[in-house]
Amino acid sequence: MAKEFEDFDANLAGEEGKTEETKSSWFKRIKKGINTKTSEKKETPEGLWTKCPDCNYICTVSELREHLFVCPKCRYHHRVNSSEYYEILFDNAEFTELFENIRSKDYLGFTDLKPYKKRLDEIWSKSDLKDSMRVAVGKVGGQDMVIACMDFEFIGGSLGSVMGEKFSRAVDHCIAHKMPYMVISKSGGARMMESAFSLMQLAKTSGKLSQLSDAGLPYISLLTDPTFGGISASFGMLGDLNIAEPGALIGFAGPRVIKETIKKDLPEGFQRSEFLLEHGFLDFIVPRTELKDKLAKVISLFKN
Amino acid sequence: MPSNANRQFLDFEKPVKDLIDEIENTKNRQEKTNIDMSDMIQRLEQNIIEKRKDITKDLTSWQRVQLSRHPDRPYTLKYITKMTENFVELFGDRNVKDDKAMVGGFASLNGETVMMIGQQKGINTKMRQLRNFGMANPEGYRKALRLMRLAEKFNKPIITLIDTPGAFPGLEAEERGQGEAIARNIYEMIRLKVPVICVIIGEGASGGAMGIGVGDKVFMMENTWYTVISPESCSSILWRSWDKKEIAAEQLRLTADKMLGFGLIDGIIPEPVGGAHWDYDEAAQKLKDFLIPVLQEQKQKTAEQRVSERIEKFGKMGFWDEV
Repeated sequence: MAKEFEDFDANLAGEEGKTEETKSSWFKRIKKGINTKTSEKKETPEGLWTKCPDCNYICTVSELREHLFVCPKCRYHHRVNSSEYYEILFDNAEFTELFENIRSKDYLGFTDLKPYKKRLDEIWSKSDLKDSMRVAVGKVGGQDMVIACMDFEFIGGSLGSVMGEKFSRAVDHCIAHKMPYMVISKSGGARMMESAFSLMQLAKTSGKLSQLSDAGLPYISLLTDPTFGGISASFGMLGDLNIAEPGALIGFAGPRVIKETIKKDLPEGFQRSEFLLEHGFLDFIVPRTELKDKLAKVISLFKN
Repeated sequence: MPSNANRQFLDFEKPVKDLIDEIENTKNRQEKTNIDMSDMIQRLEQNIIEKRKDITKDLTSWQRVQLSRHPDRPYTLKYITKMTENFVELFGDRNVKDDKAMVGGFASLNGETVMMIGQQKGINTKMRQLRNFGMANPEGYRKALRLMRLAEKFNKPIITLIDTPGAFPGLEAEERGQGEAIARNIYEMIRLKVPVICVIIGEGASGGAMGIGVGDKVFMMENTWYTVISPESCSSILWRSWDKKEIAAEQLRLTADKMLGFGLIDGIIPEPVGGAHWDYDEAAQKLKDFLIPVLQEQKQKTAEQRVSERIEKFGKMGFWDEV
């Protein structure tokens, strides 16, 4: 994969996506980030063209949407948010969102280049997302289940107190209603602005999984591009089944850090889903187009 | 413990170094002139203690981090040999290899068998490399877990001593599942039937620390730090520069007093005046004296109680608003 290293640092620092520098364009954007409010955003017009970042195949957004945001030519899996996953997975796209009322709080008064509070206010004002994880309950192939899903747009899908608490309550919901649990991970790791509190979420979530396990309910961890740090060092790797989308970058340390540490180039395909499967850390890789069917099949196998 | 002549000094320890130099000079003069200067030497030695107390009274977070990494600071095996008897070191994860950055084994603490586990840093250049600077690979975490299970089987309490700049970010570490190894340890530690006491004795960096850091009680020694990322990495990510480590350390609130205030740890273990590096015997004695009653208290509980209390303890951590 000739692609340059993903800049997780920028994501975790609350900057959206790649920095302008890493794109090596001829022109430099002066203003950073998108300044359009959600309310002012225009509906994507039909027939708008999109280019696959991997194979440069050009198609319309609606065509891409029909293919569940998988490139029709090279099968590259575009990154999507919780709303797309819920639409893809839940029967008739019907689901009930849980624990929406839990919000992040700047308990420490953490200030880096920006106060954490201001960072949160800014995201809330321009996005519908409340935090980096949503939890929803609904039917998948006729079977009830709870699916928690991360949104990378929200401070790099970072793991903070809110994610930890939503995760915990989702487990409680599963135990109370005897439902299987799936978590869709997409995150740069722990949220530094919550300092040690975010680290403690690793233990908090693992403790809850222990209770889910004692209740004999299945837990499926779906790893998508990218999943790193505190997620892979806790519930991301603790599934009864650990599964992943093709080509997803998954690991503990980010590739840039590893490269700087060992001072060697990293091999082709390093930390991709296929690499993890080869080394024995995934149960299977599933394309997004087959995800729902396979999930329903697995759940029914656990059940019957 | 290094002799005074071989000690290394941090910037802010310079006044102590000056006093030590002065004692040396006085001793030399005494030899040359044959005049008894023992009064003066004694006074200077008293001054050293005062000075040690003085310079560590109001340390910044970053200075606390520096102390936790002091080149003369005692490491895990030093504490184990000084505070226990009959230590039998056990090696290997029964799978890949023996990770020299993670050590452990049975020992007698105050006459009772305990399992001691911890990251180990090297004491000189060669050993630092061998110990991989206290950065364990997956096999280190799996070795730790093997020893914890062994302790559980024979109903022996576990004491972990944490001192790591992080889990090793290497190519082979990823191949062998660094994330999975740490995740598995955290998960299994919460479920251990025997008492687990964790102590940060130096650096407590993120998942690398937590991989052996889930216990009934978690303590920090006075001059240590424990948080989600090292101040240097935090500076490079959030400030996009390596120069803001002092500010990052401050913002992360990574010192023992802050962590205790947040309720994320259960207590602070005192060190010798000026830091553990001044007196290894005293540091180990203080740790031992602190741990013995804690261990006695934990032994009173049933296994079920321990596990459910552990889950509850970590389950309460976090802050959020409900709107």
